Amino acid sequence: MLSTSLIMLIPLLPLLTFAFIALVGRKYMPGFCGILATLSLLTSFILAATVAYDYFFLVGKVGDTYQQIIPFKMTWLQFSPNVSIDMGILLDPISVMMLVVVTLISLMVHFYSLGYMKGEERYATYYAFLGLFTFSMLGLVMSSNIFQIYIFWELVGVSSYLLIGYYFDKPSAVAASKKAFIVTRFADLGFLIGILILSFYAKTLDFQTLISTLTHPTDQLHSIMAASFLGCSALTWGLVLVFIGGAGKSAMFPLHIWLPDAMEGPTPVSALIHAATMVVAGVFLVARLFPVYAISCPQALGVVAWVGVASSFIAAIIACTQTDIKRVLAYSTMSQIGYMMFSLGVSRYGGEDGLGYMASMFHLFTHAMFKALLFLGAGSVIHYVHSNEMSDMGGLRKLMPVTHLTFLVACLAIAGIPPFAGFFSKEEILQAAFNSNKVIFGLAILTAAITAFYMFRLYFNIFWNKEYHAHHDAHDAHHGEAPGTMLLPLIFLGLLSVGAGFIPFGKLVTSDGKFLLTEFHPTFSIAPVLLAALGIVIAWSFYKKQSQAPQKMADGMSGLYQAAYHKFYIDEIYLFITKKVIFNLVGRPAAWIDRNIVDGFMNLLATITGTVSAVIKGMQSGKLQNYAAYFFAGVIGFVLIFIYMWT
Amino acid sequence: MFVSCALFFIGVYGFLTRRNLITMLMSIELILNSVNINFVAFNKYLYADKLDGLFFTIFIITIAAAEAAVAIAIIINLYRNHKTIDVEETDVMKY
Repeated sequence: MLSTSLIMLIPLLPLLTFAFIALVGRKYMPGFCGILATLSLLTSFILAATVAYDYFFLVGKVGDTYQQIIPFKMTWLQFSPNVSIDMGILLDPISVMMLVVVTLISLMVHFYSLGYMKGEERYATYYAFLGLFTFSMLGLVMSSNIFQIYIFWELVGVSSYLLIGYYFDKPSAVAASKKAFIVTRFADLGFLIGILILSFYAKTLDFQTLISTLTHPTDQLHSIMAASFLGCSALTWGLVLVFIGGAGKSAMFPLHIWLPDAMEGPTPVSALIHAATMVVAGVFLVARLFPVYAISCPQALGVVAWVGVASSFIAAIIACTQTDIKRVLAYSTMSQIGYMMFSLGVSRYGGEDGLGYMASMFHLFTHAMFKALLFLGAGSVIHYVHSNEMSDMGGLRKLMPVTHLTFLVACLAIAGIPPFAGFFSKEEILQAAFNSNKVIFGLAILTAAITAFYMFRLYFNIFWNKEYHAHHDAHDAHHGEAPGTMLLPLIFLGLLSVGAGFIPFGKLVTSDGKFLLTEFHPTFSIAPVLLAALGIVIAWSFYKKQSQAPQKMADGMSGLYQAAYHKFYIDEIYLFITKKVIFNLVGRPAAWIDRNIVDGFMNLLATITGTVSAVIKGMQSGKLQNYAAYFFAGVIGFVLIFIYMWT
Repeated sequence: MFVSCALFFIGVYGFLTRRNLITMLMSIELILNSVNINFVAFNKYLYADKLDGLFFTIFIITIAAAEAAVAIAIIINLYRNHKTIDVEETDVMKY
C-alpha cells in the first residue's frame, strides 16, 4: 500500500497548483501554467492509479470482501465525545474508483485545454480554477466524515461557479453561473438539514459509525424510526433531504435547470462538470449512504428511483428538440445521471439484489469516459466552426476525420451498441430495473431508444447532412482540424470508451464489497439493442441528408415539440414562482419591514443622539476654567452625597 | 487646620478667577501646600510616633517642583504659539 502522505498528495497536488498559479504563476509565467498544471495532475493520476491497483488487487480484500480503509484521520472540531468534524481519507471501492475517474478525466481536460484555451487572456487563471475544481472533487470522494463531504461539496459549488462564469464579460455566462450557484445552494440547504437530522439521531458525523448505527438494530435506529413528522419517520426525511442535495448537484428533475445554462463555460469545463465531477457528486453521495437507504429505509430509495427515471425520460425528450449541440449533450448527461440514480433506486443491499448498485457505479465509470469524449469532441467542432448551433454545421466528416471517428465511438457507446462501453453498463441497469419494477423498466428502455435517436441526430447533423460552407474562407484555410493536444485526449478516451465495458466491475465495486457474479443474458439484451438500433435508423433517415421529414414530424406533434423545445416551461415556472409569488408575498413585506421598522429604529436612535449632543455641546467651551469649575462642582457634589449616605 | 482650609480655598478661588496662567499655577501651588499642612497637622495630632505624613509631604514638594517645571514649559510653548498667556483666549480646543 502506498504511504499515507502519497495518498494525501492526490488531492493536495491540484490544490498546490491552484495556490501556486493563483499567487505566483499567473503574474510571472502565465504561459507555463498550463503545462505545470497538467504535469501535476499527471502525477496525481499516476498516484491514484497506483492506489487503485494496490487497493483492488493487493490490500483491499480481506477474505472475499473489500474493506473500508482509513489511512488518515485527524479530528478537527470536537463537539462532544462522539460528535466531531474530522478530516480524513476513506478508501473503499467507490472512492477508489472515483479517484481514478476524476483524475483521469481531469487530466484529459487539462491536456485538451492546452490547445483549446491557447491564447485566452486569462489562460493561467483558468488552470488555477481547474486545479481548485479537481481538488474539491477529490476531497469530496475521499471524505470520511459527512461534514467533510459537505465542506468539499460547497467547494465544488464555488469552483463550478468560477468556471461557468469564466467569460465574465458575457452577461449570459454571468447569469448562468449565478443560476447554477443559487440552484445548487438551494438544494444544499436540504442536504445540510438532512445531515443534521441524521447526525442528531445517530450521534455521529463519521461515515462508518453513521452507517453501522443506522443499519443495525440499535437504540439510535429505533429512535430515528420512531420520531415521525408529517407521517414519515425522521430517517426517511433525513435521507430524502440528503437526496435533495444530491439531486441539486446531479441536476435531477426539477432542480436540473442550471445544467443546460452551465454550458456557458468553456467546453472542456463542461466536459469536466458533466463527466467526472459535479454532476456525479449526487450519485456518489447516495452511493456512499447506500446501506442506510437500502437496509433501513426503502421508501427513500423509492423516491430516488422515481426521480431518477423521471429526469432520465424528460431530459431525453427535451434533448431531441434542442439545436445547440452543447445543450443536447447537457440533457443527455441529465438523462444518463437519471439512469444511475434509478439504478441505485431499484437496487437492494448485498448479493444478487445489489446488481443495480454495481450497475450504477459501472455506468458512472463508463459514462465518464464517453461523455468526456463527447464534450471534448464537441469542443473540437466548436473550435473549428466557431458556433454552437447545429444549423451552422454539417458535412464535417472529411474535414475533421479524427473528431468524427471518436465522436462516432462515443455516440455508439452512449446509445448502448455492443461492444462499446455503454452497452454493458446499460444492460445491467436495465436488468436491475427489470428485476425490480416493470414500469421503471419500460420508461428506461424507451429512454434508451430516444437516447440513441437524439445522439445520432446530433452526430448526423454535425458530420453528414449538408456540405459544410465555410463562413470565413480565409480563416478556415489555414485552420486545420485541431492541434495535437486536443486530438490525443480524444483518441485516448475513444479507446477507453471501447474498452471500458470489459472491466469486470462486478468483482470490484459492489454494494457490500463481496464478489457479484453478473450473468450475461444475450436474449435479454436483444430488445434494448434493437430499440437503440431503431433510434439510430430513424435518425439516419431523418438527418443523413437534408430533408423535410423532421420538420413534418415536428409539425405533426407541434404541441409536444414546442413544449419540449421550451424545456417544458420549467424555467418559466421557476421565474413565475420567484418573481411573482415570492417577491410579492415575501420580498415586498420584508423590504417594507426593513425600510420602515428596522431602518426606522436605527434612524430614531441616530436622531436622539444627534439632538442630545446638539444640546449639550455648548458645555465643551474650550475654556480651561469652566472645566475646572465643573470638576470642583462634581467633587463637591460627590462629597455631599457621601456625607449624606454616611449619616 | 484652619490655615490649611483657608489656603485651599484661596487656591481654588485663584485658580477659577485669575486669567493669567502663571497666577493659576501659583494657585495650584497654594492648594498643594494646603494639603501639605493638612498632612503634617494630622500626623502630629493623630500619630505622633510615626513619620508617614512627613514623608508624604516631602514627596508632594518634590512632585510639585517637577510639576511646576512641566507647567512652565507648557506655558512657554503656549506663549510662543499664541503670543499670550491669557487663559480666556486659548480656547481653540472646543467643539
